[in-house]
Amino acid sequence: MQTQIGAPKQKLSFSDPKVRAWLFQIITIVAVVSLGWYLFNNTQTNLQHRGITSGFDFLERSAGFGIAQHLIDYTESDSYARVFVIGLLNTLLVTVIGVVLATLLGFIIGVARLSPNWMINKLATVYVEVFRNIPPLLQILFWYFAVFLTMPLPRNSHNLGDTFFMSARGLNMPAALAADGFWPFVASVGVAIVAIVLMARWANKRFEATGVPFHKFWAGLALFIVIPALCVLIFGVPLHWEMPRLAGFNFVGGWVLIPELLALTLALTVYTAAFIAEIVRSGIESVSHGQTEAARSLGLRPGPTLRKVIIPQALRVIIPPLTSQYLNLAKNSSLAAGIGYPEMVSLFAGTVLNQTGQAIEVIAITMSVYLAISISISLLMNWYNKRIALIER
Amino acid sequence: MKVLKSTLAIVTAATVLGISGLAQAGATLDAVQKKGFVQCGVSDGLPGFSVPDASGKILGIDADYCRAVAAAVFGDATKVKFSQLNAKERFTALQSGEVDILSRNTTMTSSRDAGMGLKFSGFITYYDGIGFLVNSKLGVKSAKELDGATICIQAGTTTELNVSDYFRGNNLKYTPITFDTSDESAKSLESGRCDVLTSDKSQLFAQRSKLAAPKDYVVLPETISKEPLGPVVRNGDDEWLAIVRWVGYAMLNAEEAGITSKNVEAEAKATKNPDVARLLGADGEYGKDLKVKKDWVVQIVKQVGNYGEVFERNLGKSTPLEIDRGLNALWNNGGIQYAPPVR
Repeated sequence: MQTQIGAPKQKLSFSDPKVRAWLFQIITIVAVVSLGWYLFNNTQTNLQHRGITSGFDFLERSAGFGIAQHLIDYTESDSYARVFVIGLLNTLLVTVIGVVLATLLGFIIGVARLSPNWMINKLATVYVEVFRNIPPLLQILFWYFAVFLTMPLPRNSHNLGDTFFMSARGLNMPAALAADGFWPFVASVGVAIVAIVLMARWANKRFEATGVPFHKFWAGLALFIVIPALCVLIFGVPLHWEMPRLAGFNFVGGWVLIPELLALTLALTVYTAAFIAEIVRSGIESVSHGQTEAARSLGLRPGPTLRKVIIPQALRVIIPPLTSQYLNLAKNSSLAAGIGYPEMVSLFAGTVLNQTGQAIEVIAITMSVYLAISISISLLMNWYNKRIALIER
Repeated sequence: MKVLKSTLAIVTAATVLGISGLAQAGATLDAVQKKGFVQCGVSDGLPGFSVPDASGKILGIDADYCRAVAAAVFGDATKVKFSQLNAKERFTALQSGEVDILSRNTTMTSSRDAGMGLKFSGFITYYDGIGFLVNSKLGVKSAKELDGATICIQAGTTTELNVSDYFRGNNLKYTPITFDTSDESAKSLESGRCDVLTSDKSQLFAQRSKLAAPKDYVVLPETISKEPLGPVVRNGDDEWLAIVRWVGYAMLNAEEAGITSKNVEAEAKATKNPDVARLLGADGEYGKDLKVKKDWVVQIVKQVGNYGEVFERNLGKSTPLEIDRGLNALWNNGGIQYAPPVR
């Protein structure tokens, strides 16, 4: 008999670091999965035992209550699923408006903090120190109860040229309704945008080939005004306005921004802008002064120096912490439950939870929504960050 | 911070459901006896029903109901601890075992009774209905004139549903503004954010008494829904359910028999009336059936009062609320409060 001689058989041994690594990973996974399973199973058993209805069937049942602000059509006989969508849209509305306004305000304050003008500089500092050091919920309550609810009643509302009315019921404004020229107008704006893109391409090409600059901005602006204006002349006005007027208890007609929305957006904007201002300031300060001097010595004028040298480098420092601020704003919008703005938490995790009693499902859905919103913001900002990041060779 | 607190409470309660063990019949009474007090869920401040006084003691008919349960179980009405819950927190707090009784002006409905792991005791502390509170300057005389009104409602209540039903049914338009607490709704009514505050009528009287100028506001005549308010317990513990239910019936029976906190001890010793003798434990072992003290009714009436006394003390003519007995009078007195006999 011949014994076969080959490579020595690999024995599974605990002293082998590879085996150990695998083992620990397997143990971890098993532990996590079984803990999850235990929680799920135990919850199920408990719910069943206590006779609490579970599952997601409730989403199809009709809700039966009214909602103050809905961006899509809604009547009381619509389903809880539609209520969920309304809550989600209301949350997104505040988040989007808040992010845009906070970014604008934050950039202005941030630049103002670096201003050589003593007055502007100090005002910006005071702004930042005051608003970032007061809890956001207090700010929301302040804007709501102390500012917007102290406005006069609709009959005595602050009247801006018979078009805008500010009262304790919110800001009433004319509604824009589509007129005959609406679709041609939309098309003409599209044509203008295409024309601007083509013009910019041509200008860039010529600049690279010949070095002759072209007034892209002014030409673009002209295109943007002239094409739609022609369209209006030919097809008529795109919109007509429906004016708000007093009838009975309140204004009818027109659009209204409810005070809950105003207070929430304002509070979150003002609060988040204070943080963004600091981020912008630190971003700009992180670009060394040598960069400015180098750009100047190359013959760049102050405008292009700022746009092409300073800001691109500052953005690299600004974007990552800015993302966190956007996430904070999205999550802070849930504080609206305190003033009755019908967003996710107050509408879905509040009213719907209470009417159905299905706490676990409702809270799980609500949490996943915030997770989804936050991850989307995060992904978007990471993508943007990658685009502007220093490309290293 | 209230919002954070309430969200936290709900999430905690949901987690508790995830990790806690099973409930069994009799478990609540055992647990209550072991810890030595009844944990009672009441409102976050509703005059007449449950509201803290200057010293922090919770007063009101709902709070007294829990005291009566403690008197039956321990012979001591002070062995109660209160948890103040808003409308949104209340059911989760009970489901998760945070409280033993929910005695918090809660409307009995079939879905709450059957689909949420809860059981209404069946005793109705207060027969209520939804009404409207408006500023008298508006000149509104009837709810039918409320077309287009903005209405403040407390979130997570049957009011949200019933108001919507009423307005839809009468083909009227309205805008609801929902708040977590009744204080916020009241503030919004005063500031003119809403034209109307709507809630159970008893609450409207209570809310009005808290406004800066109560005289400027009127409660409209309509009652648009049935709101029977009563204590709730967890599903699956019939023994505890029976105690909570019969405490209420005992208080009604005591009123019907003319037994008050003043005469109850004398009656217990001297009564010749067999009905009263059974009720007060002088005859039979009816307390034992319920697994409470033999003299449970004596303790309830002596320490808390009969139903009429509790009503008058918290809601009646001597209080700022000045609510009539109305539907809540005894059946032989023009109302619908009717208790099965103790025997």
